[in-house]
Amino acid sequence: MIEIRWHGRGGQGAVTSVEMLAMAAIEAGKYAQGFPAFGPERRGAPVMAFNRISEKPIKIRSGIYRPDVVVVLDPSLVGLVNVTDGLKPGGVLVVNTSKPASEIRKVLNYKGRLYTVDATHIAREELGVPIANTTMLGAVLKATGVLALKDLSAPLAERFGRLAIKNVKALKRAYDGVKTAQAA
Amino acid sequence: MGKRVGMEVGIAAAEAVALCNIDVAAVYPITPQSHIAEHLADIVHDGRINAEFITVESEHSSISACAGASAAGARVYTATSSQGLMLMHEILPIVSAMRLPVVMGNANRAISGPLNIWNDHTDIMPQRDCGWICMFAENGQEVIDMTIQSFKIAEHPDVMLPIVLNIDGFQLTHMIEPMEFPSQAQVNRFLPPRKPFVALHPDNPISMGCFNMPDIFTESMKAKETALRNSKKIIVKIWNEWGKLFGRHYRPVETYKAKGAKTLILTMGSMGETASVAVDEMRKKGASVGLVKMRLWRPLPIEELRAAIKGAKTLIVMDRAISFGGAGGPVATDIKSYLFQDKSRPRIVNYIMGLGGRDVTVDDFIAMTKKAAKKKEDTFEFYGVRE
Repeated sequence: MIEIRWHGRGGQGAVTSVEMLAMAAIEAGKYAQGFPAFGPERRGAPVMAFNRISEKPIKIRSGIYRPDVVVVLDPSLVGLVNVTDGLKPGGVLVVNTSKPASEIRKVLNYKGRLYTVDATHIAREELGVPIANTTMLGAVLKATGVLALKDLSAPLAERFGRLAIKNVKALKRAYDGVKTAQAA
Repeated sequence: MGKRVGMEVGIAAAEAVALCNIDVAAVYPITPQSHIAEHLADIVHDGRINAEFITVESEHSSISACAGASAAGARVYTATSSQGLMLMHEILPIVSAMRLPVVMGNANRAISGPLNIWNDHTDIMPQRDCGWICMFAENGQEVIDMTIQSFKIAEHPDVMLPIVLNIDGFQLTHMIEPMEFPSQAQVNRFLPPRKPFVALHPDNPISMGCFNMPDIFTESMKAKETALRNSKKIIVKIWNEWGKLFGRHYRPVETYKAKGAKTLILTMGSMGETASVAVDEMRKKGASVGLVKMRLWRPLPIEELRAAIKGAKTLIVMDRAISFGGAGGPVATDIKSYLFQDKSRPRIVNYIMGLGGRDVTVDDFIAMTKKAAKKKEDTFEFYGVRE
C-alpha cells in the first residue's frame, strides 16, 4: 500500500487531485481511498488531502501520519508548513516550484528523494489559470509510478468535460518535465 | 457482480436511495450529510427518478413531512446529522409509534457544544430510546447495501418501523473508495413497491397516532416494544436473502478472529475496519485478541452478542459517546446490564474515545488493548485525554 499526503491551499484543488487519483486507481482495478483533511472549507488556508492506493482491499480508516509520498501543490507552503513531517525514510517529495532543487533541500533540510516541476507555469500556459492540481498529478505519476498516464484520462474527462484535453496536456507536460534530484 | 466504481460514499448513499423507487424525500442539508442531500436533489431535479423532493426549512419539518408522506403510503427517505437529528428528536418517537417505515441516513457527528462538526456517535445516542431500528455501516459498500435493505425491512408487514442507518460523518461520508452497485432490475426484484397496511386518503378518512388515555397508553408502548424486538427476526431474514443474492453477508453481530480469543474488542461503525488491522498486528505477535462488531444497535442483539463473546476474559467496549454522570458509554452500559446476572461473563473495560473527530488509529487500538490487560475489574475511562 502506498500512502500519499497532498499539501495545498483551500481552493487550489488538492481534494480534486485526490479524487481523480483515487478514481483512476479504482478504474484501473486497484483499491484506493481519497479523502480531505476533514473539516470546513477554508479558501487560501493551508490544507491537506490524502490517498491510499493498494492491490488489496484497504481496511484502515484513520488519518495518514507516515506517508510514502508528499506532494506540495503550492510553492509558498515550502518553509511555511512542515511538509516533510512523518515522511518515511526512502519516501518521495514532489514539489511544485520554480526554484532549483538545491534551494528546496536547504529550506526543508531534506536529503531524501525529491522531484520538482514548475507546475504553476505549465498550468498558466495550458489552462490559463495558476491552478496546478491536475498538472501536479502528472508529476506524481512520474515520481511514483503508481499509475500509468493513460489511467487518468477517463476520470479527468468525466470531471472536466471539454476542458479535459487541456488538463491532460498540462498533466503530460508535468509528467515529461518533472526533474529528479537524487538524494544528496 | 457489478463493476467496482470509485465514488464518494455520501454520493453513493444518494445513488442507493435513487435505486429504491422512493416517492418522497424531505431533506435539510447539514455537514457532513450535505453531499447526500445535494446529490439526491440533483437526481430528482434531473428527472432520473420520479419522486418529490421537499425543500424544508428545518429538520423538524423534514421528519414531519416524511411522517405525513409515509402515512399517505409513500416510500420516504430523509438524511441528517448531529444538530439536525437533535431537532428531529421530538418527532422521532411519533414516527415509530405510528409504525411508519421512514428510512433515514444519519451522518454521525458530534453534538454541540462546543460546536464540532466531526465524527462521533453522540448524535444517535440521545435518539436510542425513540423506538427506531438503529444500525451502523462500516464502509461504503455497506452504506449502499444497507440503505436498500432498510426499505425492505422497514416496510415488512411484521416490522412497519422506521430505520436509521448510521454512516460515520467524514470517515465514511467524505471518503472516495471502491464500491459496486446492484442493477436497477436486481433492486426491483429485491424491493417490490410498498404495500401500506393503511394509508391516509381524502376519500377514506382515518385518524392515525392521535391520542391515548392512561387506560391504553401503556399498551401502546408495550406494542411498540414488542414490534421493535420482533423486528430482529425479519432483519436477519432479509439480510440472509441479500447474502444469497449478492454474496455479501450481514449479521446483527459480526466477528473477526474472535473464536477462542481471550480478549475481544467491540466496535460499532467505521472504526471496526481499523480495529481489524490492529487485531491482525497483535495476533502476529501472539496475542489472543479478536474483534466483535455490532451492526444492529436497536433492537440490541443480545443473544448473538452472548454467543460472540462466550469464553472471553476481557471485553473492551469502544464507545464514541458518553452518558454524562452515568455508568459509562451507552454501548458498554447496555451490555453490562444485560450480562449482569450471567454466571460467567468477561470483565468489561469501557473506553470513551474518538469523540468529535479525534482520530483512532491502529496504534490506539493496540494501546487500549494493552492498557485493558492490566485492569482487574469493570472500568470506564476516557482514552487519550489530556489532563
